[in-house]
Amino acid sequence: MWLLSAMAVLLYGAVVALLLMKRPSLNYSWLGAFPVVLAAIIGCIPAIQVLLGGPVEQFHVPWPVPFGEFFIELDPLSAWFLVPTLLLSALSAIYGVGYLRPWQSKRPLGPIWFFYGLLVLGMMLVLLARNAVLFLVAWELMAVASFFLVTFEHERQSVREAGWIYFVATHLGTVFLLAFFLLLARETGSMDFAVWAAQGIHTQGLAGVLFLLAVIGFGTKAGFMPLHVWLPEAHPAAPSHVSALMSGVMIKTGIYGLMRAFTFLGTPPLWWGWGLVAIGLSSGVLGVLFALAQHDLKRLLAYHSVENIGIIALGLGVGLLGMSTGSAVLMVLGFGGGLLHVLNHALFKGLLFLGAGSVVHGTGTREIDHLGGLLKRMPWTAAAFLVGAVAISGLPPLNGFLSEFLIFLGAFKGGISTGGPVAVPLLVVIAGLALIGGLAVACFTKAFGIVFLGEARSEHVSRAHEVDWTMRLPMLMLAAGCAGIGLCAPVMVGSLQRVLENVTTQRPEVVRMTLANTTASLLFVVIGAVTFLLLVAMLVLVRRGLLSDRRVDESVTWGCGYPQPTVRMQYTASSFAQPLTDLFRPLLGTRKKLSAPRGLFPAEAALKTETPDLSREEMYRPMFERGERWLSQLRWLQHGNVQLYILYIAATLLVLLVWKFR
Amino acid sequence: MFITNLILALVVLTNLKLLGSSRLGASIRVVAAQGVALGLLPILAHWPELSVHFGLLAAGTVAIKGVVFPWLLFRAIREAEIAREIEPYVGYAASLVAGAVALGTSFWLCTRLPIPENIASPWLVPVSFFSIFAGLFLIVSRKRAVSQVLGFLVLENGIYTFGVGVAVRTPFLVEVGVLLDVFVAVFVMGITIFHINREFDHINTDRLSTLKD
Repeated sequence: MWLLSAMAVLLYGAVVALLLMKRPSLNYSWLGAFPVVLAAIIGCIPAIQVLLGGPVEQFHVPWPVPFGEFFIELDPLSAWFLVPTLLLSALSAIYGVGYLRPWQSKRPLGPIWFFYGLLVLGMMLVLLARNAVLFLVAWELMAVASFFLVTFEHERQSVREAGWIYFVATHLGTVFLLAFFLLLARETGSMDFAVWAAQGIHTQGLAGVLFLLAVIGFGTKAGFMPLHVWLPEAHPAAPSHVSALMSGVMIKTGIYGLMRAFTFLGTPPLWWGWGLVAIGLSSGVLGVLFALAQHDLKRLLAYHSVENIGIIALGLGVGLLGMSTGSAVLMVLGFGGGLLHVLNHALFKGLLFLGAGSVVHGTGTREIDHLGGLLKRMPWTAAAFLVGAVAISGLPPLNGFLSEFLIFLGAFKGGISTGGPVAVPLLVVIAGLALIGGLAVACFTKAFGIVFLGEARSEHVSRAHEVDWTMRLPMLMLAAGCAGIGLCAPVMVGSLQRVLENVTTQRPEVVRMTLANTTASLLFVVIGAVTFLLLVAMLVLVRRGLLSDRRVDESVTWGCGYPQPTVRMQYTASSFAQPLTDLFRPLLGTRKKLSAPRGLFPAEAALKTETPDLSREEMYRPMFERGERWLSQLRWLQHGNVQLYILYIAATLLVLLVWKFR
Repeated sequence: MFITNLILALVVLTNLKLLGSSRLGASIRVVAAQGVALGLLPILAHWPELSVHFGLLAAGTVAIKGVVFPWLLFRAIREAEIAREIEPYVGYAASLVAGAVALGTSFWLCTRLPIPENIASPWLVPVSFFSIFAGLFLIVSRKRAVSQVLGFLVLENGIYTFGVGVAVRTPFLVEVGVLLDVFVAVFVMGITIFHINREFDHINTDRLSTLKD
């Protein structure tokens, strides 16, 4: 009931926003944001109840669509994804009120709030649907609504292009999902998720095909590495609060779909786990490497989403290996780590995109190399961004550490206790996670350092100002969430109990035992972290006390004793990342244009680096170009003559009639 | 029975006349005549059992097809000030031959179709098919937008004939809906013709092909 009222509120709010905000003079953004916040509060109540052990709610309504039924259910797995979805939706909506203010007087904001509401509604329905037709309808609703949100600034060519790339990618993914659902329906004779889960698939070959279809279909939405091309285009193009929502939770519906699909397919063979580990590794490592090479702040964050999806895939891979071998430790820790990372990533990636949005809002540019020194002008944004950066790098005591720690722990424990075909991928997981973590630290040192530290690199910064409270509040709440989860680590791990019972189908005691072993070691980490923080706080106090009666001079940042420092002596984004990008050159394909300084008194020199997306350039572009060349041979059919178009229709009808009754 | 068949023969003849005619004004009048004839069909097809339903349907059809449409189309011609010639892609003689072939095809098709028993006349279904084909042919083979509206009307007449004769229990509402659809379509087309003419100084749809991307 709670859920239905939440959905009704969303729909009602969306329609009201669309109908009311028709002219710039009628733009009341609160009217669009408020229903989302209200729906989030209403919707979170049952989700949290279920996670705490409440009964699973079901709701059936017959639906006149063939094979369709409006069948929704809130089980622990759905609830686990629903909570971050609703939370981030609400916070991003509040942020959007402030973020959209520059457009307030220029264009009607009805459509963007309408599609925002629909996107949240679509995500909710995707998570709750238990009928394949309803699921696909919700999936499309989500895709279409987010397409219109991405193309909000449609007057810019680059935004329209990004929108189309997203639209094509998401629909190609849906094609695979359609095949997936149809195959399952043919096998079981039902469109009901419950029936699928109860019957399972018993032929190995078919299960393998279904697994691949699910990985491609859901992986396109989630952004697994070769399928990720739309992420680095769509996220920068969208308004920042929408990027936060899409990157923070919308792509997680892909992960949810994959986990739901696992419940239909029976016991997984070993190669599924291998496959997911391989996908996770490539997404994680390549994602963070491409992020390092970017110059656009939001594009960098988009590649980090690919990286984090990779980490989640590693967790799921470990869990699948556990399912094939029947090892409870691998299952609980692998799936647990992956699921926890879903929540964590929603928080810190949402926070980072909102922070990036504040930077864009304040300075009007996303180019990292044009920024610098924003810490002094935007202290709140900088502090929040720093928390997000530390969290995403997986450093204790923040939440990113927690989920990666669970996956690490699972891989170590499993690697020791099992042998051969399971131990190898687990070792790969350990090495890969370590590499990803290290590179992520490097990348966020670059992002934070170049954007917020140092001196202003261009005129853009001089206009910068701190954002107002509607934008500050969501960032601070998300930052508090990151820190809170990190500091309450043992409690958080305990809250996974219900979901893991649901996913792994293990007995509650087994899950509780495994989790309890983990919480013990986590407690040490938390205590250590708290001690460290107290130490830092004490040192700050001591420093303040010692400096209180002395003269303190402030000088330019990184002056380094030069008599006349200029801003161009600072590191740039490219130069900071250069050692690493050079090291991984074969994987990145960075293009460099260098006119080096010559002679004793060099006059001019320039360096330009560019890292286009490798799979887009090498894989999709040739593929689509070949397709276009092939299809353009049929161009003569489209001649613009209306009469002949009608002739096509008439001739087809006649041929069909004659063929039918011959 | 006799009168029904007479009307159906009239429909066939008017269709052939449309295919062979070179004058716009004459074509509009012929379509109007066809509409009036068809308007009487529901009464005659169910002769002994007269009802308000059929009476209303007939009156509405005659009024719209016999009076309103011709008036709208003549007005469109007058306001767009177009020459009163049809300008076909396919010549009139060739059109007539195509019409004959279409007539044959429709009769042949109906020998294969499962036709209900209690039908007013065995010609009803073939004639309705012939009207549909003739309408489509007119749309395809003529350049003027007005001619295409006429083709569209003939096509609709074919569907109407089929509906009246075969689907006896077609709800009143559906038929009225179809009529309303066509009315709106003709109305919109009339306005569109006027606007196309004002923008481009002609209403030849073949020259609109420059609008393709």
